[in-house]
Amino acid sequence: MQTVIFKNPPVITFSSSVAGPKESEGELSHFFDYKLKDDMYGEKTFEKAEAKIMYSAIDILLSKSKIKEDKIGLILAGDLLNQIISSTFAVRNFNCPYLGIYNACSTFTEALLVGSLFIDRRYKDNIICATSSHFSSAERQYRYPLELGSVRPPLSQWTVTGAGACMLNVKGEGPKITMSTVGKIVDFGVKDANNMGGAMAPACADTLLTFFKETKLEVDDFDLIITGDLGVFGTRVFKDLMWEKGYDVSGNHVDCGELVFNINEKEYQGGSGAGCSSLVFCSFFMELFKKKKLNRVILIATGALLSSLSALQGESIPSIAHLVCIENMEGKK
Amino acid sequence: MENSKFINDNFINYVSKVSPRTNEVRTLFRAFWVGGLICCLGQSFRMLFENVFSLSDDVLAAYVSMVMIFLGGLLTAFGVYDRIGKYAGAGSIVPITGFANSVVSPAIEFKTEGYIYGLASKMFVIAGPIIVFGISSSVLVGLIYYFIYNVL
Repeated sequence: MQTVIFKNPPVITFSSSVAGPKESEGELSHFFDYKLKDDMYGEKTFEKAEAKIMYSAIDILLSKSKIKEDKIGLILAGDLLNQIISSTFAVRNFNCPYLGIYNACSTFTEALLVGSLFIDRRYKDNIICATSSHFSSAERQYRYPLELGSVRPPLSQWTVTGAGACMLNVKGEGPKITMSTVGKIVDFGVKDANNMGGAMAPACADTLLTFFKETKLEVDDFDLIITGDLGVFGTRVFKDLMWEKGYDVSGNHVDCGELVFNINEKEYQGGSGAGCSSLVFCSFFMELFKKKKLNRVILIATGALLSSLSALQGESIPSIAHLVCIENMEGKK
Repeated sequence: MENSKFINDNFINYVSKVSPRTNEVRTLFRAFWVGGLICCLGQSFRMLFENVFSLSDDVLAAYVSMVMIFLGGLLTAFGVYDRIGKYAGAGSIVPITGFANSVVSPAIEFKTEGYIYGLASKMFVIAGPIIVFGISSSVLVGLIYYFIYNVL
């Protein structure tokens, strides 16, 4: 079994989000807690700015939840930069136990998964799960300098600037994480580092199919199937793969990467990055849960586990997807 | 490690078939008119130096290059050149202004890691290959030239 069914499902009591300037112009603008006017955020480097974005997200979460720093059981955080420096330097400012995790863009669901295990076994309470990404720091690490006059290929995605954080509790008001599936690394041999959607779609389909098989649930049992950052092209490939196995997800599938930016900007496939799923989930979807417009969703974030070195060495892109099932438990037996 | 175990050729074929393609007519047209405009600008500087400042033929090329490189660097610093590049593609990469852009942009970007380990050492990350292969091929062509005219 890859799927874990929690006996004591953790509650997502609070969430916070900090969004970059471009994200703040998008459709989800009024759901964000804090919107940056400048992506430097008053810092000298993009890396420091990213750390500050994550710091702010956790800080807002603490003030929303009114839980003191010393009552925090654990902070689970991750990002895209080498040695996950954004998370480390952000959490440095809090006097809290910390686990740094990395699974590229699927880090957020990995954090939820690990946090849920701690709560399920009652080892800890008040667990913060946070991830961040920053367009400019990611470009610096994976691609070219910002001012270089180059053309973005049609398959490329735009790294989201922003962070999302949420609080997991043993008790409280809010949606619960009831099940979770740990993904396997799937690599079908896609080598184009720009085609992350195409590389990640098989991993996404693999995890979701495993989940359906192990829980005997159907697509229609869920209000929404939310993927992390497959983008427009990856979504298409994902739907095709699911269709091939006899599942039609086109009715209730939505992709965070497709939601986060203004639809009118047609030059790329949508958002990506570790901050993409956390930013969208911790703002928009948490709001929908609070308003009881959603009852049961699958959140499945996908990660392309490549590095700038492995791509140059001709390696294909290993991908992974972790799944969490989130439910509003009220009104149920 | 055997990689062929997991590689799925059917999937790779399917992905390459359904991937969106670059619109070549549009990109070629854009590259043509912007690249052409940059070259016309260079040529007009040449004519200006030749007719107004009466510079001699052997320094003209150097002066024109200097002006174009300066303009490329300046536009990069003002954050304009990347927008031109996004629109024009090879039209703004191939002329000498593109070379200036490829040196100045990492210099700006990596200044945050200091002047020695950042700016100076990362300055040629993109232009480095151009210099290496440019110089190597010029040596090669020079040798061929020498053999054709002096030995034969």
